[in-house]
Amino acid sequence: MSDIKTVATRAAFGQALVDLGKERDDFIVMDADLAAATQTGKFKKEFPERFYDCGIAEQNMVSIAAGIAATGKKVVCSSFAMFAAGRAFEQIRNSVGYPHLDVIIGATHAGISVGEDGATHQCNEDIALMRTIPGMTIINPADETEAYLAVKAAFEHKGPVYMRFGRLAVPVIFGDDYKFEIGKGVELKEGTDVTIIATGLMVNEAMIAHDILKQEGISARVINMATIKPIDKDIILKAARETGAIVTAEEHSVVGGLGSAVSEVVCEEYPVPVVKLGVYDEFGHSGPAVKLLDEFGLRGANIAEKAKKAIAMK
Amino acid sequence: MEAELKKELEITACKVRMGIIEGVHSAKAGHPGGSLSCADILTYLYFAHMNVDPKNPKMPNRDRLVLSKGHAAPALYSVLAQKGYFEVETLKTLRHIGSILQGHPDMKHIPGVDMSTGSLGQGISCAVGMALSSKHFGDNYNVYTVLGDGEIEEGQVWEAAMFAANKKLSNLTAFVDYNNLQIDGTIEEVNSAYPIDEKFKAFNWHTITIDGHDFEQIETALKEAATVDKPVAIIAKTVKGKGVSFMENQCGWHGVAPNDEQYEQAMSELNTALANMQ
Repeated sequence: MSDIKTVATRAAFGQALVDLGKERDDFIVMDADLAAATQTGKFKKEFPERFYDCGIAEQNMVSIAAGIAATGKKVVCSSFAMFAAGRAFEQIRNSVGYPHLDVIIGATHAGISVGEDGATHQCNEDIALMRTIPGMTIINPADETEAYLAVKAAFEHKGPVYMRFGRLAVPVIFGDDYKFEIGKGVELKEGTDVTIIATGLMVNEAMIAHDILKQEGISARVINMATIKPIDKDIILKAARETGAIVTAEEHSVVGGLGSAVSEVVCEEYPVPVVKLGVYDEFGHSGPAVKLLDEFGLRGANIAEKAKKAIAMK
Repeated sequence: MEAELKKELEITACKVRMGIIEGVHSAKAGHPGGSLSCADILTYLYFAHMNVDPKNPKMPNRDRLVLSKGHAAPALYSVLAQKGYFEVETLKTLRHIGSILQGHPDMKHIPGVDMSTGSLGQGISCAVGMALSSKHFGDNYNVYTVLGDGEIEEGQVWEAAMFAANKKLSNLTAFVDYNNLQIDGTIEEVNSAYPIDEKFKAFNWHTITIDGHDFEQIETALKEAATVDKPVAIIAKTVKGKGVSFMENQCGWHGVAPNDEQYEQAMSELNTALANMQ
């Protein structure tokens, strides 16, 4: 494993902001006293006059961002997923979502892989919360490459974008030739027996699952679903028709996240078994991130087991 | 203040009040009390102070107003209609299905509405964002917001106040519509935010206390605000339900529409007042 480069998606978020800052000066970056952790601190260091720290007041930050966007300017506001999507939910819903303003919410430290900080900071609910807001775009990139491209794409997007980044350094799986488009899933591995639809750091685990299953003679398709809203219906339905069984994998609650989004499409348009892998309606706890991923069953081997379950249900 | 301007403003404010009653009566729902209490403040801002153009509602460097107490939408709509952003007749469609005039301000569909509001406490933060944008990008417009005195029980108001002072947003002026009534009772009974001026002072704002129904005092306060290198809170003492005798100082008229008989009486009072002015 030592030869695989690992980078946290939050680091790519920070780097993309810096690079965008060099290209254009028509936007503001805000944080709520977590700039070093969210990585907006990189932008702050480079462009201190274009960075505003709101202090520990996320609700205010989100509504301020809405006000800036209402004047026709682009704005990025950042905090941990728990305090962006969670604490400031209603501000995002009413001040940003309802008027459909161009606010980019950079939510870092999402999911169980926050690690040692424990349950209060491990947000496994943000995708579910954000999915309920009409017109919201939700992007959960899988690696450094995708995170970087997704931030740039968000800047060209009209309307609010919720971007989900992780604290943990994860393998870089995409090369320089990787193309990212909002709203498009990407087939990473061909397969005919079952489809694994994964998002965020679970995409790498899905690739591992693919190899495990291959050794057992099972052909598993792997789809990276970085954009969870609007969900790519076409690629889901194609997978349902062609493979007849689906497993979803997300570092998020199975209530309301990617698994729910995929199930909604499949149930209504082409019912096949969908088995959801994620955090099963429980709080996390403290511990090293990699051990928590093991403990909560968010690994390739777990995905492979779910895949076999889905196939058995065909 | 010139006598002619004062008279014009009084006449306009009376017509604004008639529009509030028309709208809320037609909607059979809404918030007449807190709309009538801030009618003079909004009238002054749009007719004697703000740099706005109803023919060009999205003029980039216009002054902005965020009605943080969004439930006073009937007052804002009535002022915008009088100013010519849309027909006064449209006020009768308030809260009707298919109308642009939503129960609370909707910036996407209503000409002249600068921010969607309604969830209390958020509007002042949005106004702070606009004031920050104006300063940051060198656009040099001013931003005004109107808060309810009950609304300032929301913690977010004070987050916004802290930030605005820290960033020295001197282009931001917040009116507090100090009518001493909220839904469940008087401000003191429910959860006193008094003394309001001392609280804003403690958050490093410049404060001015006025009679919110006196145009001369509103004018003087805004002139003073323009000279200060801080955000300014104008604590405007008002009467909830102002201008309609049976609604004045009545908590019960916070969120209830007049029936047909009450509507006739209110309009009769306002028509008499208007006739006396003219």
